[in-house]
Amino acid sequence: MSFPGIRLENVTVAYDRHPAVHHVSGQFEPGSLTAIVGPNGAGKSTLLKAMMGELARTEGRIDLGGLSPRDFGYLPQAADIDRRFPLSVADTVMLGAWREIGGFGGATPSLAEKARQALTAVGLEGFERRAIGSLSAGQFQRVLFARLLLQDARVIVLDEPFTAIDARTTRDLLEIVRRWHDNGRTVIAVLHDFEQVRAHFPTTLLLARRAIAWGATDEALSPDNLRRARAMAEDWDEDAMVCKEDVA
Amino acid sequence: MSLHSFLVSPFADYGFMRRALAASIALGFGSGPVGVLLMLRRMSLVGDAMSHAVLPGAAIGFLIAGGLSLPAMGLGGVVAGLSVALFSGVVSRTTALKEDASFATFYLTSLALGVLIVSLRGSNIDLLHVLFGTILAIDPTALYLVGSIASLTLISLAVVYRPLVTECFDPGFLRAVGGHGPLYHFLFLFLVVINLVAGFQTLGTLMAVGMMMLPAAIAQLWVRTLPLMFVVAASSAALSGLVGLLISYHLRFASGPTIILTAAFIYGVSLLVAPAGALRRLIKRPHLAG
Repeated sequence: MSFPGIRLENVTVAYDRHPAVHHVSGQFEPGSLTAIVGPNGAGKSTLLKAMMGELARTEGRIDLGGLSPRDFGYLPQAADIDRRFPLSVADTVMLGAWREIGGFGGATPSLAEKARQALTAVGLEGFERRAIGSLSAGQFQRVLFARLLLQDARVIVLDEPFTAIDARTTRDLLEIVRRWHDNGRTVIAVLHDFEQVRAHFPTTLLLARRAIAWGATDEALSPDNLRRARAMAEDWDEDAMVCKEDVA
Repeated sequence: MSLHSFLVSPFADYGFMRRALAASIALGFGSGPVGVLLMLRRMSLVGDAMSHAVLPGAAIGFLIAGGLSLPAMGLGGVVAGLSVALFSGVVSRTTALKEDASFATFYLTSLALGVLIVSLRGSNIDLLHVLFGTILAIDPTALYLVGSIASLTLISLAVVYRPLVTECFDPGFLRAVGGHGPLYHFLFLFLVVINLVAGFQTLGTLMAVGMMMLPAAIAQLWVRTLPLMFVVAASSAALSGLVGLLISYHLRFASGPTIILTAAFIYGVSLLVAPAGALRRLIKRPHLAG
């Protein structure tokens, strides 16, 4: 089945009636490599969570192009994961085989071999029996990328994958992202580092609750757009009126 | 006193001691692993709240059965405990209150209701039995119930191990792969409730949670992987049952508190000498080469 991409139509997600994502429309093209950037509180993670079905939309429509969220490879923010949980690296990576073995099946030798190869690909060969609690932030992020490799998903969604990660690990993981893109997978990543985005991500969605710009990275991150993004993110009104676009 | 008369005679001579021992060991095997997961999910206080929440159901079962009947009280306790869990979940999802806050409000209401029901219709002795347990009066029916709950718990944990662990460790991932996180959360709460029910005949509603939390804390001090934590928690809970019963028999102490204090003693020793305990951290040792 050909994948037409992910289409957002007038998507609004609100917390306590205040929109965190406001009337966003656009398309993640199939095989695209897109960065979602914007100031703190711009709604970047909220948009990803709405796409993954974790948050209900207040308004609008998200067309996943015939896929379901479970077909996506999703990397949540590190803060959402309990790194002190007494789990081994091998068990964590093996979760990536959920689609094959579900919650109850056992790991087959071929899956175990794939998990080992995934760990090798992220530079953690021999770490299988280590407890995740003993890993550094960078090593743990490599483990989560190994889990994504095992998931082998057509669409990969990354929420701040390089936050608090050292430069070498970031470089290695960006290389994996580039390979996913070369293989025709659709990759969407929430990022903060504009230089990193300019260097590695051809397409950018600049978000400040609304979509300020969505297109080629150089154009999206123009000085004028960045200035507008900063202004809109600060535009929080406790006494806001009902949105006229909602009424219309 | 010979070793035989200290260790073996109480169980060889008295049927009630044998039943109490079997119940304690079964209780430990079920409650220990559940306690480990409860603690790792940072729900220790929720476990404590649930142990109080089962009281009105147990009290109503007590009244209907006309006395201490574990099946009747157990059924009532399960219904009451699950109701509190369900209502707390609904409140936390539909209001600004967090789940621990709504648990606190419901369990306090539940506890007050339970004590009121027993005090209206039963004697003070009955109330003490419900609150503090009567392990030495366990009959075969009660023993079968405790054994069945332990078996159901271990089988359930084995079957849902992966989704349950994933729900604890990375709930966002479980949601993304369509893993039905709320279902496993509620199943886990069900296991907590039935183990509390198993515990309240032997230890009473107030101390049933002790057979979960103390062994879980002991396990975390000694080992690092989840399967080993289950083994250590179950073993230390069962050992607490054995030693606690012997001490209560020979010194004529109340059995429930003695079992929990035995677990507390093992915990105290573990705090000092276990690999993750205080002494290992205080004593400076040469660092390793790699």
